[in-house]
Amino acid sequence: MLHIKCPHCGMRSQNEFSYGGDATVKRPELGKEISDHDWDNFVYNRKSLRGKHLELWQHLSGCRQWIKVERDTATHEIFRTSKANEDNS
Amino acid sequence: MDQNFRLSDGGLINRDKKLSFKFNSKTYYGFEGDTLASALIANGVHLIGRSFKYHRPRGFFGAGVDEPYAIVQLYRNGETEPNIKATEQELFEGLEATSVNCWPSVNFDIGAINNFLKIFLPAGFYYKTFMWPKSFWYKVYEPFIRKAAGLGVASIKHDKERYEHKYEYCDLLIAGSGPSGLASAYAAAKNGARVILAEDKARFGGTLLTSEVNIGNKSGKEWAEGIIAELKEMPNVTVRNRSQVFGYYDHNMLVMSERISDHLSKTKKFHPKQRLWYIRAKEVLISSGSIERPIVFGNNDTPGVMLSSAAKEYLKVYGVLVGRNPLIFTNNDSGYETAIEFKKNGVDPTILDTRKDPQSEIINEAKNLGINIKFSYVVVAAQGYKKVKSADIAKISDDKEQLGSVENIKCDCICVSGFWTPTIHLASQSGNKTKFNEEIDAFVPGISKQNETTLGAANGSYTLEGTLKNSFETAYELSKKITNNTNKISLPNVVEKKSTTHDKFWCVPLPKGKNYKRFLDFQNDVAVSDIEIALKEGYRSIEHVKRYTTLGMATDQGKTSNLNGLQLVSNIENKVVPNVGHTTFRPPYTPVSIGAIVGREIGKHSKPTRKSPMHKWHEQNNAIFVDAGVWLRPRYYKQGNENLFEASKREAKNVRTNVGVCDVTTLGKIDIKGPDAAELLNRVYTNAWLKLPVGKARYGVMLREDGIVMDDGTTTRISENHYHMTTTTAQAANVLSHLEYYLQLVWPDLNVNVVSTTEQWAGAAVAGPKSRDLLKKLFPKSDVSNEGLPFMGFIEGDLFGVKARIFRISFSGELAYEVNVESDNGNFMWEKIIEIGQEFKIQPYGTEALSTLRIEMGHVAGSELDGRTIPYDNSLEGLLSKKKDFIGKRSLTRKAFIAEDRQKIVGVVPLDKKTSIPEGSHLVKDSNAPLPNPKLGYISASCWSVEHDNPFSLAILKNGKNMIGEKLFVMSPLKNKVIPVEIVSSHYVDPKGERVRS
Repeated sequence: MLHIKCPHCGMRSQNEFSYGGDATVKRPELGKEISDHDWDNFVYNRKSLRGKHLELWQHLSGCRQWIKVERDTATHEIFRTSKANEDNS
Repeated sequence: MDQNFRLSDGGLINRDKKLSFKFNSKTYYGFEGDTLASALIANGVHLIGRSFKYHRPRGFFGAGVDEPYAIVQLYRNGETEPNIKATEQELFEGLEATSVNCWPSVNFDIGAINNFLKIFLPAGFYYKTFMWPKSFWYKVYEPFIRKAAGLGVASIKHDKERYEHKYEYCDLLIAGSGPSGLASAYAAAKNGARVILAEDKARFGGTLLTSEVNIGNKSGKEWAEGIIAELKEMPNVTVRNRSQVFGYYDHNMLVMSERISDHLSKTKKFHPKQRLWYIRAKEVLISSGSIERPIVFGNNDTPGVMLSSAAKEYLKVYGVLVGRNPLIFTNNDSGYETAIEFKKNGVDPTILDTRKDPQSEIINEAKNLGINIKFSYVVVAAQGYKKVKSADIAKISDDKEQLGSVENIKCDCICVSGFWTPTIHLASQSGNKTKFNEEIDAFVPGISKQNETTLGAANGSYTLEGTLKNSFETAYELSKKITNNTNKISLPNVVEKKSTTHDKFWCVPLPKGKNYKRFLDFQNDVAVSDIEIALKEGYRSIEHVKRYTTLGMATDQGKTSNLNGLQLVSNIENKVVPNVGHTTFRPPYTPVSIGAIVGREIGKHSKPTRKSPMHKWHEQNNAIFVDAGVWLRPRYYKQGNENLFEASKREAKNVRTNVGVCDVTTLGKIDIKGPDAAELLNRVYTNAWLKLPVGKARYGVMLREDGIVMDDGTTTRISENHYHMTTTTAQAANVLSHLEYYLQLVWPDLNVNVVSTTEQWAGAAVAGPKSRDLLKKLFPKSDVSNEGLPFMGFIEGDLFGVKARIFRISFSGELAYEVNVESDNGNFMWEKIIEIGQEFKIQPYGTEALSTLRIEMGHVAGSELDGRTIPYDNSLEGLLSKKKDFIGKRSLTRKAFIAEDRQKIVGVVPLDKKTSIPEGSHLVKDSNAPLPNPKLGYISASCWSVEHDNPFSLAILKNGKNMIGEKLFVMSPLKNKVIPVEIVSSHYVDPKGERVRS
């Protein structure tokens, strides 16, 4: 079980969190024209990275904040965590 | 004779407490402090089971966790448990155990015929044999394999025992209480660290209990007892025996299983049987010691062949002789310790040493005691079927290739020592890159991945002084790093016998003309010849060889067989062991009971149960409940002998004719506040929200980004910047997370707060043509007329002094209201509605009637919004705003979603107006078409229409828009039904929606 540092609450066990996928994906702005190709990429296509991965987790059974976690997908090493509004892409 | 093989004194057992127990229905006696194994050996019982494949007789091989043979079915306090190691199970009064894997009895086992047919059961036997003919699989092969497989029988009864889970944090977790574990625990604890020390056996001390050493002028055993006593007194130390750290997981989390009551006849009141510890440790010290490995020779699985260290443990800890005429077969000095122990107890052993002329202190001691030692000698084969009777021995050449002439000598046990294998399982599980240590012929931990350090024998250090020194230092340094303290313990004076190097010899060659089975894996019956076959057939990777031959795949996970298997593969392949590598070690290190893993989350406790504030009333009024997620909801209220069908029909009919009330507390509720609340709704819902006036509700549908409907519900504008959103019961949590996601990550600029208020409000849906009349009496001060509270209107009211929210919304399709009060007042509200509703013939209705009402109205719910449908499919396309963008809108232009014959919701009525249509059935054009019959759609929900008094269903049907009036067939192979049906509009009742507005 991973040990994740919630930037709001401190070190917590993984079972308090839920996984939210790739944090580098940006939702296209509402109301803007977007090609089928780009929309497909946004909705469906994700890289299955081996190594460092910036991802979203929600501290569901805690403060309910969505946070960013930089984690190695192969070793589970967590390099850093940050609040949702901190830009670290 | 009672305990014939028990010495008259000695051992750590309590001779004052005699215990009786039964093995295979026969009564025996042992002492408190025995294991089942030691007590059986004390009674001269060496035949304990049959082997897995050949059903060869099985005895005892070890004295602890490494035991591959002595697996029994245990009976305790009316319960039974399989896969129990007799070497680990402590004896208690009344214990009963039976052999496994033998039929009809352990003494006469029909399966042993496999032993004579073994030419038919080589490596890969199952893969090769049971492949054809295919039709044989279910009827012949599988039942046969099922009967033959398995070690014991799992109980099918409910386990009455309690199992606990515990979460713990510490600075240092120390796994194993041998010399290195005790020393490091002591050093770290004295330096102020929070320490957990875990020992898998009942007794602390590990090898200190059986070796002749001195520490600080005390015997090893006394020193260990002193340290443990002191540790137990320290507030910063937790000491646990009978506790196996079996798994090392990510981020330094380890899991330990503590056997609290397994050694007792009966679990004490309020005590758990076992406790599973989840331990998050800053540092882990692995002091798991080492396991003696066998030397491979002919018939080396005969009962009576056992590890020399086990024989010594039975002597020193339990005061039990494994034989009166022991033969010790060793390639190192450890065998001598066992021999000396026998000699001291008046038994004359013979030592066969594979080495030519070894010199050491302990060998001299053995010589001085007059023990018969034969150097350059090996055991070629054990003789005897159910117990060793003699041994064929021979001299071996210096190059270990040639055997001299074979002699036979009498013996009743063969104690084998092939040197020591460090127990590196935990280190390996943590991700440690293990390395091969040439000096000890075994793998040891290499570079740590997590905060883990391996000490003592587990790290390949086999001298006591070195182990203690290293353990004291390591634990001091680690604890200093954590506590910043500098209290250092000085190393006590250590006296131990020096030993000399071992012989790198592990397998006795076959003598000419003999074809003895030489076993590597004793539990899975994998012999040298099986590995040879696997390699001949082209298997190269050790992982493949393992799976093909099942080497090391039994419940002992190859604790005594792995390295010899690797040696063999290396020899045949002409490689060195490190190049072959070892198979992956995975948790658990030893079997863990399912009960311990499940813990308290069982039965009613497997998930929380949520009840509405009106639950008690429902119970008192004969409600039959149904699980709705974690909620319990009334399905129907039983009157007299009614069944579900009759009751729900009555309840639904009463809503259509009079008035009904339904508990809708379970609906998800989200409170939304902030100046940008309307903007948020406008973005997540498909329809327009910016112009919704205060005091009005609106129905909305929200999509996922892929265009699939996520949820629907009504949201009401309570005041300028305050909205009350409702969600379906099932999606409440997901919708909240969904809103939080967009607010926190996508639109952080929106000034909105959302919070779940599901449990803050109790809700009652009051539905039916007489509902307004009832409302007038409930809220005499409020104007609830069609003008004062029109459809989709909202007002606050006073329910006899209780503040209430009244929404004029309808799920049933009738004139209807939803009344919400704070949860604490829920029951008050409910009882008032029932009381005052009497004159309007009010009846409560459950989820079944609720479904009937919404289905015949064509209102969609979870069975249509099932994560596969878009708004069009549910005839909700009218709610898609063309003027604004919203979540998921872009996806609705996908080709499949705009196809001309896209699926759409329709109504389905059986032509005979009688036959009920099973939910989940498929719609086809031709019921006689050859299979696979093309499916046009599926039945999503079925009911008995109370309005038309005939069955009615909703279906999602291909090209549904153009199918009204078509005649199709409903097919349900599961229910064996073919029903001719007509497709009709999904709005089967009040298609213009006049009633809700009346």
